[in-house]
Amino acid sequence: MTFLTYFLNGLQAGSIYALIALGYTMVYGIVKLINFAHGDVMMVGAYVALFSLTTFNLPLWATVLVTMVFTAVLGVVIERFAYKPLRKSARISALITAIGVSLLLQNLVMLVFSPNPLPFPDPLQAAPVFEIGGLKVSTLTIGTIVAAFILMAILTLFITKTRMGKAMRAVSEDTGAAILMGINVNTTISVTFAIGSALASFAAILYVLAYPQIQPYMGSMPGLKAFVAAVLGGIGIIPGAMVGGMVLGIAESLTKGYISSQFSDAVVFGILILVLLFKPSGLFGRNVREKV
Amino acid sequence: MKLSKIQRSYLYNALAVVAVFVVLYVLQLTGLIGRYYQGILLTLLINIVLTVSLNLATGFLGQLTLGHAGFVSVGAYTAALISLRSGLPEAVAFPIALVSGGVVAAVFGIMIGIPALRLRGDYLAIITLGFGEIIRVVILNLKFTGGASGLNGIPIMTNFPYAYSIAVLTITVMFLLIRSRHGRAIISIREDEIAAESSGINTTYYKLLAFTIAAFFAGVAGGLQAHMLFVIDANKFGFIYSVDIMVMVVLGGMGSITGSILAASILTILPELLRDLAQYRMLIYSILLIVLMLYRPSGLLGRHELSQKILGQWAGRLGGKKRTPSSPDTPEA
Repeated sequence: MTFLTYFLNGLQAGSIYALIALGYTMVYGIVKLINFAHGDVMMVGAYVALFSLTTFNLPLWATVLVTMVFTAVLGVVIERFAYKPLRKSARISALITAIGVSLLLQNLVMLVFSPNPLPFPDPLQAAPVFEIGGLKVSTLTIGTIVAAFILMAILTLFITKTRMGKAMRAVSEDTGAAILMGINVNTTISVTFAIGSALASFAAILYVLAYPQIQPYMGSMPGLKAFVAAVLGGIGIIPGAMVGGMVLGIAESLTKGYISSQFSDAVVFGILILVLLFKPSGLFGRNVREKV
Repeated sequence: MKLSKIQRSYLYNALAVVAVFVVLYVLQLTGLIGRYYQGILLTLLINIVLTVSLNLATGFLGQLTLGHAGFVSVGAYTAALISLRSGLPEAVAFPIALVSGGVVAAVFGIMIGIPALRLRGDYLAIITLGFGEIIRVVILNLKFTGGASGLNGIPIMTNFPYAYSIAVLTITVMFLLIRSRHGRAIISIREDEIAAESSGINTTYYKLLAFTIAAFFAGVAGGLQAHMLFVIDANKFGFIYSVDIMVMVVLGGMGSITGSILAASILTILPELLRDLAQYRMLIYSILLIVLMLYRPSGLLGRHELSQKILGQWAGRLGGKKRTPSSPDTPEA
């Protein structure tokens, strides 16, 4: 029974990681950039959600909507001003810029809202706790898992069935050829950043509902772990991010339950290192030979 | 004739190094440089060692690593433990501690480098970040490293002569290395790894060599830091610390040792001057990083070194055209 509890907790954390990992993987697939600021976009989402819930007294569904729109715009703005000018320059420059953007977001939030943690209200307080065969499951756990699956299904449909989704796949496959086919690459990249950021802020809300405290650095750890999830699944591969997130969440939860909660971070990075050493292209990836 | 020119320039450099030392040391002994500024000076020298060493891995080898702070903390803890537990007199233990700090960090460099350096670019950045975090988490959870409270009571042994000579030694080693056959092999990997490999350069060996040397000096700098601060704790050496060092390398120019020295000096002194703006330090750093990458990705000096020749050119240019720190046709020092 305890195993099932850990497993469900892992699935809950994994859903959150998977949603964040999708942003990493989509952005990497399309512009070959590790968006270090992604975790911090998520953090900004948490702050937006807090103020939408408390200051403006919006209901939860409206908060989700407002937060997703806000972070989508933020993602597009970041891409437009920080990453776009560097699209043709060395990869290392873009990576360092991403680290810069990440630090910028953290420190801006810290200056505006102070570095102290703020409590997050619990709008699901009255929600029932289900009991299935002696196993207690909160609405939040079920809701998180279900919501994540619904979002992932919508995303998969979007990527496979719509014109924009097709454009995104085309640009990630071969940007040059996509341009020749008349695809507007700038719009496509902007949409990718918007979707990725919106998913991250949705994950942020799920995250702060589970751990009701927000502070400027809260994005870095989930961000890094989600990145590990993306690498685990094969970076650039959308189903890979989903599976990677789930696997990582479960591994972490089991470590916390059976070994020690202090070492769970070390286990996550250990997984990353093992994956990178034995199958750098990830679980779902194919090896691409480098040609001269 | 040519040889004597090089010899002359070595002589000038050596004289300059000694002269700077004498001036600064006399100023400290006479109390003209107060205790507060002495502290800043030590930090500056340690930062120079860190920046120059990271520049070897990032600037010359061209591999972005984000776990430099991990090596610093390994060095700091090793050195501190030797000073605290060896039972030797402090003055004897200190040099041993520094060297051991460097050696243990270098061993970590080899252990991490062998697997990590098989990866490139983004993946290498992430895996080194991962190792850095693992080092931090493990140190925080071990008994003999004092866990979360860290180690304290480390004898304060780091003084100006030690820090200065180690900084000079680091810079000298880096210059000689970069100018040597090994150094050219390292630079060729940065320029084009595949081309280097097809020219018969053992890329794995040279990558590991550069990475290990960088780790060694980071470890020594960690030892210096431990013996300056009296107390160390692993949380000080987190990801942010790695980024701090990275910012210095990028600002100075990836691939310029004098640039690193310049940037380390600027970024150590500037925050002290802007004490009132301390809370904006990281904000300024982050904006600086972004703006640098957007408008001057090569940093202040690019891949050039400051030398009398270039200084002369600058001076000549100051009156006339807009001042540019380096021009593409300038030969290296």
